[in-house]
Formats: sequence, C-alpha cells, structure tokens
Amino acid sequence: MGAGIGSGLVAIGAGIGIGKIGGSAMEAIARQPEAAGKIQTAMLIIAALIEVIALFGVVLCLLISFKG
Amino acid sequence: MQSKKHNLDLYKLMTVHQVKKSLKFASMVAFFTILASLSNNNSVFASTPDEEEFKPGDFIMHHVIDDHIWHFVDGQYGTLYLPIIVYSEQRGLEIFSSSNFYGDDHNDVAYNGYQLVQGHITFVDNDTTHIYDISITKTVLMLFINAAIMILIFTSVARGYRKNIGKAPTGIQSFFEPIIIYLRDEVIKPNIGPKYEKYLPYLLSLFFFIWFGNLLGLLPGAANLTGNIAVTTVLAIATFLIVNFSGNKQYWGHIFKTPGVPLPLLPIIVPVEIIGIITKPVSLLVRLFVAITAGHIVILSLIGLTFIFQSWSVGVGSTLIVLFVSLIELLVATIQAYVFTMFSALYIGMAVAEHNDH
Repeated sequence: MGAGIGSGLVAIGAGIGIGKIGGSAMEAIARQPEAAGKIQTAMLIIAALIEVIALFGVVLCLLISFKG
Repeated sequence: MQSKKHNLDLYKLMTVHQVKKSLKFASMVAFFTILASLSNNNSVFASTPDEEEFKPGDFIMHHVIDDHIWHFVDGQYGTLYLPIIVYSEQRGLEIFSSSNFYGDDHNDVAYNGYQLVQGHITFVDNDTTHIYDISITKTVLMLFINAAIMILIFTSVARGYRKNIGKAPTGIQSFFEPIIIYLRDEVIKPNIGPKYEKYLPYLLSLFFFIWFGNLLGLLPGAANLTGNIAVTTVLAIATFLIVNFSGNKQYWGHIFKTPGVPLPLLPIIVPVEIIGIITKPVSLLVRLFVAITAGHIVILSLIGLTFIFQSWSVGVGSTLIVLFVSLIELLVATIQAYVFTMFSALYIGMAVAEHNDH
C-alpha cells in the first residue's frame, strides 16, 4: 500500500510542476505569439527534466511493490 | 436556376464531407462501445489451468535488465545464445556459449564447473573466488550495434562533405547537417565560448550515441542500452574527466577559494563545492538512466496488463495506449540526449570560463 500512496504523491508533484511550467508558457505565448517556437522548445525541455524526477519515484514504487 | 438554389440550401445544413466525417466518428464510437461490452466474458477466454501464472514483476525485470542470452521469440531458433567470457585466477580465461547453461528452459544446468544463478556466474563447488565476467551480454551486443550504426552513418556523412565541397549537401548529409549545426550554434558555442572547437567532437558523439541508443532501445526485441546504469556511468565519467582536466585556475579557485565569501562561511561552502564536483555528473547519469528505464517499464507494464486480465478487448485498448506512450517515449529519447549534451556543455563551459570582470 505504501507503494501506491508513494506513486500517487509523486504524480501530484509532477503534475504541479509541469502545470506551472505549462501555465507560464501559455501566458508567455499569449503575450508574444511570434516567440511561440522558442517558448515551446524550452517548455518541453523543462517538462522532461521534471518528468524524470517523477519517473524516478514511480520506478522506486514499482520496485517496492514487486519485491515486497 | 432553381436546382442550384436547392443545392445551396442543402449546403447550409451539412456538406457531404461533414456527413461522411460524422458517420465515421459514430461508427468508431459504436465499435468501441461494443468492444467494451465484450470485455466481461472472461469465462470464454479464461486461461487453461496448466499454463504458468503470469508474473508481471519478472516479465518487466527480464526485459529491462541485462542478460546472457538474447530472447527474440519462443521456440527452438528464437534465442540468440551469446558467448560467455569469464576470467578467474585459478582457471584463467574461458570462453564458451551460454547455451551450455540452458537445458529445458531452466538455467541451473552447471557446465564445466560454472553455474549461472540469477545472472551471476559462480563456481559449482561454492568456491567464493571472484570470477571476472566479461561476457558479451545483450547490452554489450547492443552497444556494438549502436557503434556500428554510428560509424556507418557518420563516415557516409563525412564522405558527403568531401564530395560536395562548396556545394549544397545531399543525401544523408542533408539530414544530419542541420542537427549538427543546431547543436554547435545553440548548445555548444553559447555555453563554452571561444574555445568550443576542442570539445565539439566529444559532445557531438555524446549526443548521437545517446540519441541512437535511446531510439534503438524502443524497437521491439531490442536491448535496453542507455537504460543500463553501467553505460550511463561511463558517459558521466567521461564528462567528469573532461570537465576536471580542462578546468583552469579560476574553476579550481571557485571551488576551493570561492571569491566573495567571508572567511567563517568557507568551511561550509568548500565541502559543498567539493561534493558538487561529484554530484553534477551523478545527476547526469541518474537522469538518463531513470528516464529511459522508467519509460520502458511503463510500456512493459501496459503491455503486461493484457496478460494480467486475459481479455482481448483489454489487449486492443492497451495497444492503443502503448502506441501513444511510445510516441511520447520517442520525444523523451531525443530530449534526454539533448539535455545530457546541454548539461555537459554547460559544465565544460563553467570549467573553461574566463571571467574578466571579477
């Protein structure tokens, strides 16, 4: 059960992080539509960095659930 | 004139194209509803009692970790038995095929005094002398394939440059040139500064090795190359050595005698900076390993769902989800290669930076 709670918390963390990045990217594109390409690229890269930490937590929870 | 007006009225309601599209949409919805309603007849598709129970943990681990054989399909000719190369002090170097360890699907057949237990080779008579296992395993073979692909592609790109001196690029050269120029101008030159050309070969090779390794790992039946922590450790060690051997006096000065820090705080700052020398490559290696391995685990778990539920409609649904997740994994493959290269360029840039305004 700990693994389930853990991966849920990890998902919340990743969701908040990527949501904030997406939100500021949307605002920035709305302010300056001609910079949309650069903003989108930067957003994807930062989302990947945050997602790695989330996946780290998911992998640990999977290991707990399979070995425990 | 009257028939034309009649047609115009019909167009205001819905064009023929729109009717076709909505019919297609409605038929898709009907198809999936029928599919979902069929998912409850487990009694028809239940597994026969004499089959082994499907263990998702073993299934996932088996596909993600390294192995001495390469299993493509079930059957007599579906497995590639890779050579085992072991060195021990008492018996020297021995090379033999791993098929000797497998008799009737179990790997507890001892051979010539060695036995293969859970991926580790030990002596049969419980001798605890250390055996150096330098076999060609699945990951090593995948690494050779990756290297061969890189050599093939980049020698033909170089040949293209020799042929097309002063002319526009052709063929495979025209695919890789924008990528190389983008990396050089947007990632490497801004981070490293005027001395970037010395580090260009290493950083470009790093990017393409990781990129091809990630993409190869997504193919069906492929081995998990960049998701192996040993491979990412070697890449991180390479970056670590290059960063620290090209550090100039200002780089080491920032670590051991951070400028602008009052003396009482130095005993706190300096150990943190020294640990920072290690943690920066460690973050590189953990990031790449986790991103690729976790991606593979997610895809394998979704495929394993079909086998847990033993229902073919779950199979159809999970195949669609796996398709979308695999597309995301393609994006992740490229982004992780880019991020590794960008951070390596950043660390090298921090090591060779010449600040003239302190």
